[in-house]
Amino acid sequence: MNEILLPILIVAGIGLLAGLILAIASIVMAVPKDEKAEAIQELLPGANCGACGYSGCSGYAAALSKGEAKPGLCSPGGAETAKAIAELLGSGDVEVEYKTALVHCMGSYDNTTDKMEYDGIIGCAAAAQLAGGITSCRFGCMGLGDCMKACQYDAITVCNGVASINPEKCKGCGQCVAACPKGLISFVPLKKQAVVRCANCDKGAATTKVCKVGCIGCMKCVKVCEAGAVKVENFHATVDPVKCTGCGKCTEACPRHCITLLDVTIPQ
Amino acid sequence: MLKSLVAIFLAAILTENYILNKFLGICPFLGVSKKLNTATGMSLAVTVVMVLATAVTWPIYTYLLVPSGLAYLQTIVFILIIAALVQLLEITLRKYMPPLYNSLGVYLPLITTNCAVLGVTMLVLEKGAADPTFGYVESLVNAFGAGIGFLVAMVLFAGIRERLELCDIPKSLRGLPITLIAASLVAVSFLGFNGLVEGMLG
Repeated sequence: MNEILLPILIVAGIGLLAGLILAIASIVMAVPKDEKAEAIQELLPGANCGACGYSGCSGYAAALSKGEAKPGLCSPGGAETAKAIAELLGSGDVEVEYKTALVHCMGSYDNTTDKMEYDGIIGCAAAAQLAGGITSCRFGCMGLGDCMKACQYDAITVCNGVASINPEKCKGCGQCVAACPKGLISFVPLKKQAVVRCANCDKGAATTKVCKVGCIGCMKCVKVCEAGAVKVENFHATVDPVKCTGCGKCTEACPRHCITLLDVTIPQ
Repeated sequence: MLKSLVAIFLAAILTENYILNKFLGICPFLGVSKKLNTATGMSLAVTVVMVLATAVTWPIYTYLLVPSGLAYLQTIVFILIIAALVQLLEITLRKYMPPLYNSLGVYLPLITTNCAVLGVTMLVLEKGAADPTFGYVESLVNAFGAGIGFLVAMVLFAGIRERLELCDIPKSLRGLPITLIAASLVAVSFLGFNGLVEGMLG
């Protein structure tokens, strides 16, 4: 009898003791939980993309519950998430700014050429180390698809040597912005507006040699813009999306056809 | 005394490496060795748990199980103790060292069922049974050495896997197959340490 009872008692006793110690420890060393933050995290999409500027969804939820962050920074969640969080926090309605990533280059093989035959690691980051990149324009898209690999939403395609982003699929997470070694991708608000699809800051003569559609800084767009939204710096035009009315006059005036009208409707 | 402890420590790292020589703890070895920093974090957690587990299980085995003639219970009792110990460690870390807790996060619960930890606690007892001079302190040093050996194997292999990422591997071998082949080569290379410790300090 003892032979059976003793082992049972020992194992049960050790188990009970361990359980007791753990129970006491979990009470003594309890960490206060932030229930508000947990509720907010439930509402967030859980993509952990970092578009809000915090370390993942839990970081954003913690900042929201402390009142350090505003609702509406979550691009993948969109308006519904922002509204739900604002309700939970009791801070009223919030405006969500819709934005999409845009490749500021139109240097496809029709418009520009490669200056070398590249046979190295397939990736922009590696190719950019070689003499300023493989395209003849040192600012341009090399089309090796680092941004495409970074995109979790299949919004980016590389076609004919240049990357393009589908605004309908873009969630604005910013992974591609970080992935592009040339810094060609940046966010623009989703509204009807003119965008300069070139990043070349060389002088006009140098630009014309390497690309058919490169911005030469001729100032024609600046002169026709009635809203004063266009300016030229470093032989390169930029459009201020806040001032731009989307009239399209600069796109017509541009002799290089590198200003295009972005006309995408806001989702929902 | 000190010399024998150093010999035990070095032997545990090189000739008795728990991953590469005894093939225990292969799951984390293949699972978390993709990046150097996670591999280091996991191994340090394993080392701490190995030493703590040995520190607790050794007296329980020697002073409770053996006198009652219940040595056969060691597996189930040790599993129970290790699981409780890891939970306790987790609670303590969460309270007093949140950054460490966050960085170890996933790995701590994984260690609960790590066979390398159970293997260390049981194999040091086997050694103690074969050699009466192999006592409590020797067991602790052996457990610490086993943890460091785990670290060495993990870090070495993480370096190899980071290199493998850049290699042009035949399609049929990509992923786990080439990882297992690389692991076997590392294990074979560790056979070269056989007799080294005895020759050095023997």
